[in-house]
Amino acid sequence: MSRQPDVPSSMVFLPHEGLSGLLDHLRSEGYRCLGPVVRDGAIQMEPVAHPDAFPIGFRDRQEKGTYALEDAGDARMFAFANGPQGLKPWLFSPRETLWHVARRGTALAFEPAEIDAAPLAVIGIRSCDLAAIAIQDRHFLGGARPDPAYAARRGGLFVVAVNCTHAGPTCFCVSTGDGPAARAGFDVALTELEDGFVAAAGSERGERALAGLGLAPAGGAREAAAHERVAAAGSAQTRSLPGRDLQAALLANLLHPRWEAVAGRCLSCGNCTLVCPTCFCHCEREEVSSGGASAEHYREWDSCFSEGHAFIHGLQVRPDIRSRYRQWLTHKLGGWHDQFGRSGCVGCGRCITWCPVGIDITEEAAAVCGAATP
Amino acid sequence: MRGRNPLNGRDLHCPEGARIVGRIDESDGIFTLRLRPLASSAAPRFGPGQFNMVYLFGVGEIPISIVSDPESDVLLDHTIRRVGRVSEGLARLQPGDCVGLRGPYGRGWPMERARGRDVIIVTGGLGCAPTVSVINYIINRRGEFGRLSIVQGVKRAQELIYRDRYEAWRGVPDTRVLLAADEGNGSWPWHVGLVTDLFDELAYEPSRTLAMLCGPEGMMVAAVRRLLRAGLPEEAIFLSMERNMQCALGLCGHCQYGAKFVCTDGPVFAYPELKAWFGTRGY
Repeated sequence: MSRQPDVPSSMVFLPHEGLSGLLDHLRSEGYRCLGPVVRDGAIQMEPVAHPDAFPIGFRDRQEKGTYALEDAGDARMFAFANGPQGLKPWLFSPRETLWHVARRGTALAFEPAEIDAAPLAVIGIRSCDLAAIAIQDRHFLGGARPDPAYAARRGGLFVVAVNCTHAGPTCFCVSTGDGPAARAGFDVALTELEDGFVAAAGSERGERALAGLGLAPAGGAREAAAHERVAAAGSAQTRSLPGRDLQAALLANLLHPRWEAVAGRCLSCGNCTLVCPTCFCHCEREEVSSGGASAEHYREWDSCFSEGHAFIHGLQVRPDIRSRYRQWLTHKLGGWHDQFGRSGCVGCGRCITWCPVGIDITEEAAAVCGAATP
Repeated sequence: MRGRNPLNGRDLHCPEGARIVGRIDESDGIFTLRLRPLASSAAPRFGPGQFNMVYLFGVGEIPISIVSDPESDVLLDHTIRRVGRVSEGLARLQPGDCVGLRGPYGRGWPMERARGRDVIIVTGGLGCAPTVSVINYIINRRGEFGRLSIVQGVKRAQELIYRDRYEAWRGVPDTRVLLAADEGNGSWPWHVGLVTDLFDELAYEPSRTLAMLCGPEGMMVAAVRRLLRAGLPEEAIFLSMERNMQCALGLCGHCQYGAKFVCTDGPVFAYPELKAWFGTRGY
């Protein structure tokens, strides 16, 4: 770990049992609180009323195409690496109505959808996902036409980050420069020890939230222990990408035989894109009322691995898995540099864990770019 | 207009109603709809090469280039090929019916850069539609541009549309119109073969020429190769690209082409912008 969190001064100690006070404070400020819970055998971000709902004592086991949870029986609340989703579904909704239309005689009457933007506070966001949110911010808000729904939800977001003290075998945020410590984009950052958290504010809102809890300074020993644990989570990572900017190497290898090889294993299921915290592709669809007098126009997450993604007037631009996998990887690790000033990969490793056949982005990138990298 | 549909000043995703006030059957399967937006008294300003999202009730939106004259202030013409769910439905609409409209979107043709130069327009199939407004723009300012060459190719002779327009353009000073069909027929008096076969007949000064290409990618790849060989600089070749588009706002990701969003970075690109991947199959 090269740097400490943004506001390293005035670190305080928040005992495990004090976390409910932070949630109470956030609720009193009007936030709906989200945090990690165990659901459907995985850790997911859900509305939580009390920290008791967090995955206390849980550990995760992640490998290529493998995810499992185990209860270690201790008091630690965040001793696992990320589950299948970060905050993406809460800011960029998997399905969202854009507008309604109704027939009025021969005319059509259009009405934009109401935007549900109740302020959210999220507890337990990791550094990779904070980096991903910064990228999605740039995509949805940074252009000439910022997306109103994303803007409304993002504007109200309060972030309690958790610095990783536990890296999964599929994690590689150190190599992308995005972790394991949260560096920016949070209101409060927590590092978990056995009995509680070393907490630091990253914003004025965060300072107010911590100040109201009447916490004692963390003290040098706890700060050092926290630092050590985060550093250990970094050095435990075994995977890495072959470079931060692979754009030139990928473009020089559009005809590399590896694309064909990976296509032989890839099912084109799109899991990698759905669990990816930066993938933003979505389609627009229409649902007509049963009487046929009105319709709802909505957007829904889509994947560049789907059949219709590159379909134009009777022509399938990317008809095979080879071209779809190549599209995903060359965009994610290449084209994003031009579009967003950095790679689209934050090293969360989800695409490796949740690939049903265990395709590893770091291996594929190395195989394709290896030949072009001196 | 930031965050808004330029047609109605409302939410950027939400279309505005537009009435069909005219309809022309151009050929078997190709038709033109003339639209008048319901909300605004004047159609929004657009540049040659820009497009609108045209919405069919209950089905969805498709991107369609604007064919009408940029000078016209009330009507928007869209030439459409009947080929998918939306266009099949649009083909059944008649004057008096209503569609939805969002736009105009995209970066169009570089008309300012073309000023004072010879202009070569090479199109294939329905790729001719996005260049009609360019041609009208030049003809309306004929003295400000050099020689104009219009080269259009179709697969089969009967697929040629805008025949009257080509005949009229033939009569414009310093303008050549060359037509080609891969398969001719009895009433096809022009070239049978590829558009690139006609390049030797073009009159232009390569160092002060701008080429605008729109059509199937294979045709554009061949045309780029010929133009470069003829001495045109890479940056004088412009291509209008086509990819799946659903939002037209640079958000949905479907029109991703290398590091570009075709809907907002294009659809018109200078060749050097795309060179690193242009022509790669399946990209």
